[in-house]
Amino acid sequence: MTIIRKPLNRRSILRAGALGGVALATPTIFTSRAWSAGYLNEPTGSTVTFGFNVPQSGPYADEGADELRAYQLAVKHLNGEGDGGMLNTFSSKALQGNGVNGKKVVFVTGDTQTKSDAARASAKRMIEKDGAIMITGGSSSGVAIAVQSLCQEAGVIFMAGLTHSNDTTGKDKRANGFRHFFNTEMTGAALAPVLKNVMGADRRAYHLTADYTWGWSQEESIKKYTGELGWETVAAVRTPLGAGDFSQYITPVLNSGADVLVLNHYGKDMVNSLTQAVQFGLRDKQVNGKNFEIVVPLYSELMAQGAGENVKGILGSSGWDWKLTDAGTQAFTKSFGQEYGFPPSQAAHTCYVQALLYADAAQRAGTFMPSELGKALEGFEFDGLGNGPTLYRAADHQCFKDVLVVKGKENPSSQYDLLEVVEVTPRAQVEYPAELLGGELGPYNNGV
Amino acid sequence: MDVFLLQLLNGLDKGGAYALIALGLTLIFGTLGVVNFAHGTLFMLGAFCAITFNKLLSLEQVRIDPEKLTPWGTPLEVREPYVEALLGDFGHWLLNYSVPASILLAIPVMAIIGFVMERGLIKHFYNRPHADQILVTFGLAIVIQEIVKTMFGANPIPQIAPESLRGAADIGLMLGTDPGVIVYPVWRMVYLVFAGLVIAAVFAFLQFTTFGMVVRAGMADRETVGLLGINIERRFTIVFAIAAVVAGLAGVMYTPILPPDYHMGMDFLVLSFVVVVVGGMGSLPGAVAAGFLLGILQSFASMNEIKDILPGIDQIIIYLVAVVILLVRPRGLMGRKGVMEN
Repeated sequence: MTIIRKPLNRRSILRAGALGGVALATPTIFTSRAWSAGYLNEPTGSTVTFGFNVPQSGPYADEGADELRAYQLAVKHLNGEGDGGMLNTFSSKALQGNGVNGKKVVFVTGDTQTKSDAARASAKRMIEKDGAIMITGGSSSGVAIAVQSLCQEAGVIFMAGLTHSNDTTGKDKRANGFRHFFNTEMTGAALAPVLKNVMGADRRAYHLTADYTWGWSQEESIKKYTGELGWETVAAVRTPLGAGDFSQYITPVLNSGADVLVLNHYGKDMVNSLTQAVQFGLRDKQVNGKNFEIVVPLYSELMAQGAGENVKGILGSSGWDWKLTDAGTQAFTKSFGQEYGFPPSQAAHTCYVQALLYADAAQRAGTFMPSELGKALEGFEFDGLGNGPTLYRAADHQCFKDVLVVKGKENPSSQYDLLEVVEVTPRAQVEYPAELLGGELGPYNNGV
Repeated sequence: MDVFLLQLLNGLDKGGAYALIALGLTLIFGTLGVVNFAHGTLFMLGAFCAITFNKLLSLEQVRIDPEKLTPWGTPLEVREPYVEALLGDFGHWLLNYSVPASILLAIPVMAIIGFVMERGLIKHFYNRPHADQILVTFGLAIVIQEIVKTMFGANPIPQIAPESLRGAADIGLMLGTDPGVIVYPVWRMVYLVFAGLVIAAVFAFLQFTTFGMVVRAGMADRETVGLLGINIERRFTIVFAIAAVVAGLAGVMYTPILPPDYHMGMDFLVLSFVVVVVGGMGSLPGAVAAGFLLGILQSFASMNEIKDILPGIDQIIIYLVAVVILLVRPRGLMGRKGVMEN
């Protein structure tokens, strides 16, 4: 067999290159959103796809499972199935239970694994391959900030799940990102007056702090607000995330002269550090003529279950509790309880509400375009979603609402009844100027 | 002085757990020559034996109260534990002592798990490179973890120590200090004593029984023992089961200290491997000594006075010591010549 080779010259290479370039570009030209629509993943069929990015594996998998349950319930209610849940109590009546903007809501899910890189990869996959119009969910501030940044770059809205660090709507805020959950600044403002009432103004505090963005933010806020009360900070010690055994960090507390231990830990770290602090007899100790106290600034129901009876009498803050008596809370708890057989967690609540708020904003704006939808959320005042009158502040995309101060219950009636609400701190008390936490929202990105 | 003593106790306690896990790892490596990355999982499975035992004891009869409703409108379930209803005070005592009592469940369960693991999977990798062994045992660990997570969830499950062994003891009083200066959790002291007893039992078994003598001979020269007509493989299978039981018992008794979850084995595994390497591959006394040594060093490195001078030292001290020891004594503290050197 003879192979005839044509000689290569400059002209043939240029021609081949040009033809190849046109061929490669053709599918992009005809499918590019830039030509057909004003924003990324504009829904063209009868459905619109939401992307639920929650921890389905890893240390927060249980919390992620609860978030996913809430999202599935929200989708049901948006599509007119079930009893409608909080749609019946929501002050905005734009949503009619027939989908959003005439389109049925469907969803895809991603697993954040509570790792920033995995969370970004799953969000990217949902945006690029599944055509998700928005991304929502998560159980960690580090992850939320990473995914929020990705959504800003990609051009979709990010409705944050459970993220409590100031940075999410502070120095790392983005125009495409919105947070319903409260933050460490609000925890400090809500918790400090109760701490003063219960423990007095003359206290010496020792902080154990998880060594990452949320821990630093929490420590700073509590130090600031307790400092204003007159409390002295004896020491603030950073502990590695996932340390497991905290005994070597707890023993220096014993004879430090401190009479309060503040555990700026969340999740498994909080379960372990609180359990071990109680085992070291700190709660039975008398220092400076006062009972030694422990404070856990951020509580969650799942953490309380993990720590068991060690949470009894321990003060902390929470975004929401299923035992609140307002109509929105009761409607959501009833829907969730009937669907799954147990009450929802605060993570489930904030995720459910975020899905509803996104859908409502899209319905009011008449489009899913991030810039228009975002404007519908900015400055939006609403009620009936479980936290009383709430504002989505335009300046930083942070929700302002009542914050709960809770305490581990002495005699719980069930494993879902471990926390009791000590005080509902009114929204006015936890508001702060937007410029306090720094950062710039920047412009919206519609992805085109 | 008080801080020094407390950190020493912390170190010993932590070292007790490291030593128990590393002891099993070394037993398996010394006898079978297998690098078992699933060993941390055995520690976790032991902890879940305690949880399972407690759940079995806490099985409740469920009665529907038609007159009361849950907040979401379904009939309220009223629950009563069977064991208390049937056994009265003894049932209550059993529930109270469920953690130490679960040792009775953990020993046979862990022995069976160890036996099945060795016969079913690991024996097929005896003559394969260490890299293959690491991959297959690591894969096995992930599979077991995911099964446990599916069955029990990802959230830590608290286990409580018996009422009489909860809280902290004022050991400073015994040493003549003021009250409340040196207090230490009672259960941690129980754990330390327990770790010491298990380690002593394993050493006594290997030192003073014929079975132990054969195993030690097999560890020194497997081929010669085989040529003498002794079925050394069968004995090594039993050794694997013993190692699984030791790791499992370490896990059972650790549950009141650290609420167990599916990932707890992995948290200990890496540290335990460092312990084995520092102690000397295949050296049982080395593993125990290194376990306690690294536990104590880790505790002291976490003292604020040390961290003020060397920030972050608490997180790297173990690896730093491992590097130094391997540079000065490449075979570890008590390593044998020829082990893992070809």
